[in-house]
Amino acid sequence: MSKVLKVAFPLGIVIVFPLVMHAMDQQFYISFATRILIYAMAAASLNLVLGYGGMVSFGHAAFFGAGAYIVGILAFEGVTSLWISWPMAIAVAALAALVIGAISLRTRGVYFIMITLAFAQMMYYVFVSLKAYGGDDGLSLSSRSTGLGVSLSNDFAWYYLVLVLLGIVLFLLHRLLHSRFGRVIEAIRENETRATAVGYPVYRYKLLCFVISGAIAGLAGALIANQTSYVGPALLHWVQSGTLMIMVILGGVGRFWGGPVGAGVLLALEELFSGSALLGSYSLHWQLPVGIILLAVVMFAPQGIAGAFAKKPQ
Amino acid sequence: MTGILLLEQSLNSLQFGLMLFLLAAGLTLVFGIMDMINLAHGSLYMIGAYLMASLAQATGSFWVALPLALVATAIVGALLEISLLRRLYERDHLTQVLATFAVILIANEVVRLIWGNQSLMLNAPAGLTGPVTLPGGMQYASYRLAIIVVGAAVALCLYLLVTKTKMGMLVRAGASNREMAVAMGVNIRRLFTVVFALGAALCALAGAMLGPILAVQVGMGENILILAFVVIVIGGIGSIRGAFVGALLVGLVDTMGRALLPIAFAKMFPPQVASNLGPSLSSILIYVLMAAVLFFRPQGLFPARG
Amino acid sequence: MRLFWAAAAAALAFHVHAANELKIGYLSTLSGPAGAIGVEIRDGFNLALKMAGGKLGGLPTEVIFADDTLNPETGKQLAERLLKRDRVNLMTGVVFSNVMIAAWPTIQQSKVVYIAPNSTPTSITGAGCNQYFVSAAWPNEGHHEAAGHYAKSKGYKNVYLIAPNYPAGKDSTTGFKRGYGGTIAAEVYTKLNQLDYSAELAQLRAAKPAALYAFLPGGMGINFIKQFVAAGLSSEIPLLVPGFADDQDILRAVGEPMLGIFDTSHWAYDLDNDANRKFVAAFEKEYNRIPSLFAEQGYTTALLIDTAVRSAKGKIEDVPAFHKALMAAPARFKSPRGDWKFAHNGTPVQDYYVRVVAKDNQGRIVNKKIGTVVSGLSDFWAKDCTALK
Repeated sequence: MSKVLKVAFPLGIVIVFPLVMHAMDQQFYISFATRILIYAMAAASLNLVLGYGGMVSFGHAAFFGAGAYIVGILAFEGVTSLWISWPMAIAVAALAALVIGAISLRTRGVYFIMITLAFAQMMYYVFVSLKAYGGDDGLSLSSRSTGLGVSLSNDFAWYYLVLVLLGIVLFLLHRLLHSRFGRVIEAIRENETRATAVGYPVYRYKLLCFVISGAIAGLAGALIANQTSYVGPALLHWVQSGTLMIMVILGGVGRFWGGPVGAGVLLALEELFSGSALLGSYSLHWQLPVGIILLAVVMFAPQGIAGAFAKKPQ
Repeated sequence: MTGILLLEQSLNSLQFGLMLFLLAAGLTLVFGIMDMINLAHGSLYMIGAYLMASLAQATGSFWVALPLALVATAIVGALLEISLLRRLYERDHLTQVLATFAVILIANEVVRLIWGNQSLMLNAPAGLTGPVTLPGGMQYASYRLAIIVVGAAVALCLYLLVTKTKMGMLVRAGASNREMAVAMGVNIRRLFTVVFALGAALCALAGAMLGPILAVQVGMGENILILAFVVIVIGGIGSIRGAFVGALLVGLVDTMGRALLPIAFAKMFPPQVASNLGPSLSSILIYVLMAAVLFFRPQGLFPARG
Repeated sequence: MRLFWAAAAAALAFHVHAANELKIGYLSTLSGPAGAIGVEIRDGFNLALKMAGGKLGGLPTEVIFADDTLNPETGKQLAERLLKRDRVNLMTGVVFSNVMIAAWPTIQQSKVVYIAPNSTPTSITGAGCNQYFVSAAWPNEGHHEAAGHYAKSKGYKNVYLIAPNYPAGKDSTTGFKRGYGGTIAAEVYTKLNQLDYSAELAQLRAAKPAALYAFLPGGMGINFIKQFVAAGLSSEIPLLVPGFADDQDILRAVGEPMLGIFDTSHWAYDLDNDANRKFVAAFEKEYNRIPSLFAEQGYTTALLIDTAVRSAKGKIEDVPAFHKALMAAPARFKSPRGDWKFAHNGTPVQDYYVRVVAKDNQGRIVNKKIGTVVSGLSDFWAKDCTALK
């Protein structure tokens, strides 16, 4: 298949999808697809720092959730314009990533994993403690963000906006990874000692990578807050971090499409195995097949699904 | 703050800390000797509690069911290690995290399929359902006192096992330098399986003892698992002594947050906020402590590694 | 990936829905320690549905169950799925108020009527009232206000309050304080689904109040009462609870130590009316256990839907007309709880009884009615409901 077709075909499907769903009178799945797009962005951001940067961050949900909460809190206080709340979500998430990264990146290996986990749990409990903003019960948004002239509660508008944003993010990531920055980051991941010996300011590169990844996660968070019109501390819980990691591993660690593919596969599996069509009532039984598939991928196909289809060994 | 309140909260904190120690002990050994992050440790705790609840119902006796549940869970742990987990020792930490996370998902679902969605009933043994009068006149739940006694006894036994027996020596050798231990001819595979099974039994003990106080439900492992990780980080990966001190410390901070802080906050904030702030603040403090240890003294308070 | 979407699309195309049927979205908490409550309500609901031959209001009825696992976000997502994907035309079932409040905007925006078999948050029935929300259970503060009246009548010098830290918990302390009017020794909130009450019990012991009022439903109640007894406090401090915290789901788990606890409820299993005797007999036959007040709520909800849909002649999409039919329905059927009616904000106005945990003549542990503590109690917050006047 030619390279153009390989890109055009999936792109075509993704663009036409809402129209097809509408024609089939299955509008619910437009919302579901948007959800996948948002998690694709979050997983792609984790892939940047985990797959390309080699930093196993077990606290990525902190940035995702922080971005969501900024939008939620601002909406609660009456600020609903996305021109204010979304950039703020990105900024706050990036700041959190800067602080957490600055401290965590001074540690190594398993300690790095644990310290990122610790920071994410800290942030989780900070948001739980904010009783004014819902605490454990979370916060409902009365409507999606405003400011674009089009009502974002329209499923179509919302889908295409998210799609455009995802496209921009992926494009920027592509440019980043194929730039000098990207090559240095990969060199650092391959052999950090060598990179330091050659003279790269390794710590600064890693921190920058961490911050960019956090910022993108913050944007994804802002979008998820709008998607569900709800924010709750569970968005920052370590299980959420684990879910994002699962998406990346399923899709392919260090593969460009690893994040989006993994998000799509995981959410589709969840939907398939929890829908009432299969089991008569909605249930959580998706955990078993997902767990088995995850285990199989980890043990036998560590390159993930995108990796299995890749031509180049990497 | 009355003396009675302080005494009761201290006993509560001791009870919680000792149970946390049981979980942390197994986890720290596995992490220290096999260098494996085992997220499924919480699932063994859950399985232990479920087996205990079923066995207690089947045999009608708490004390008969308890050793059976420990053995059964140890067997489950050993099987898990042999079939799956031992392949993870050589892999990187990310793989271990993801694989054991998958085990959590599978275990939760299997338990749900076998035992259903509702939580199981597990009652304290007859004779320990009421209060006991402590010297000084205060009443305290006799079952909680039993937990403290059992926890302390097991801690002592573990200490003796690790310091005074040959197996304990092998364990400590493995924890401080695995390659050397192998080079010296230790049958490392069997040692690993035994350590893992022991950890599983300890989990089961914690699950069985806490079952009457908490609830035997799917997902009960996830909450306590993360605290166990905090404990072993603070105490020092691979160190039983560290797990003990770390567990008591975490138990203390947690109880302080649930008990003393809300009282202090009640003077400043409305009741709903005060009740929420206390536990949240102590949880935040626990993770700040964990991050601080990781940053300044990553080997923990009692480093095991030579 | 592409194959998956094609297959899914094909599967969905077969999902046909009839226009002349009742499709009820039943969102409830059916698992975990709190799940027993959801199961009770569902069993009562299903019993009434079965006794009506599987049809409510004369229309073939399909009920789609969804388990929110006491997670507000899951509840919200499931509500969206029930409304948008399954296109239900009626909703019911929510047990817990935090889930109710999270899911409410979605339900309200979809313009589908919701009939509450349990949680009836004051934020939805007060100033935020509208015709999409009707409760067949009670206003959130009802039982607690009644308990307050009872505590006042017993002349307790002060009362210590414990409730979970979520909307219904706050409603419980507010309602109790209004009915009691006396000194509150302390107001302590626990985490929702908290299981270990050692800290709270230690504080309670030190405070030495004249009485304790604890709203801890489901698994929370089981653990609390067991630990309360184990700590030796049951002999020191009289315990008063709302009916939710000591009914059958908890009685079965804790048993004899609970004998002698007083509670308030809008229903008692020994209420002297035909509808109740029929309900209790049918429930015991079907499920082999004694019904709780939760079961009665589910049962009455189904009967309410049946009556209202019938009198609206199945035209439930015409919400103003359906709402009117709902408001008039209680007078048209016999509920096990006796006579009741709606306040203008859609919450029941009914009597509340005092019950005590005791053994019946077969030696089973039940909640026996001792007397009526408040007659015709209505939702205090109905006064704020101006939209429906």
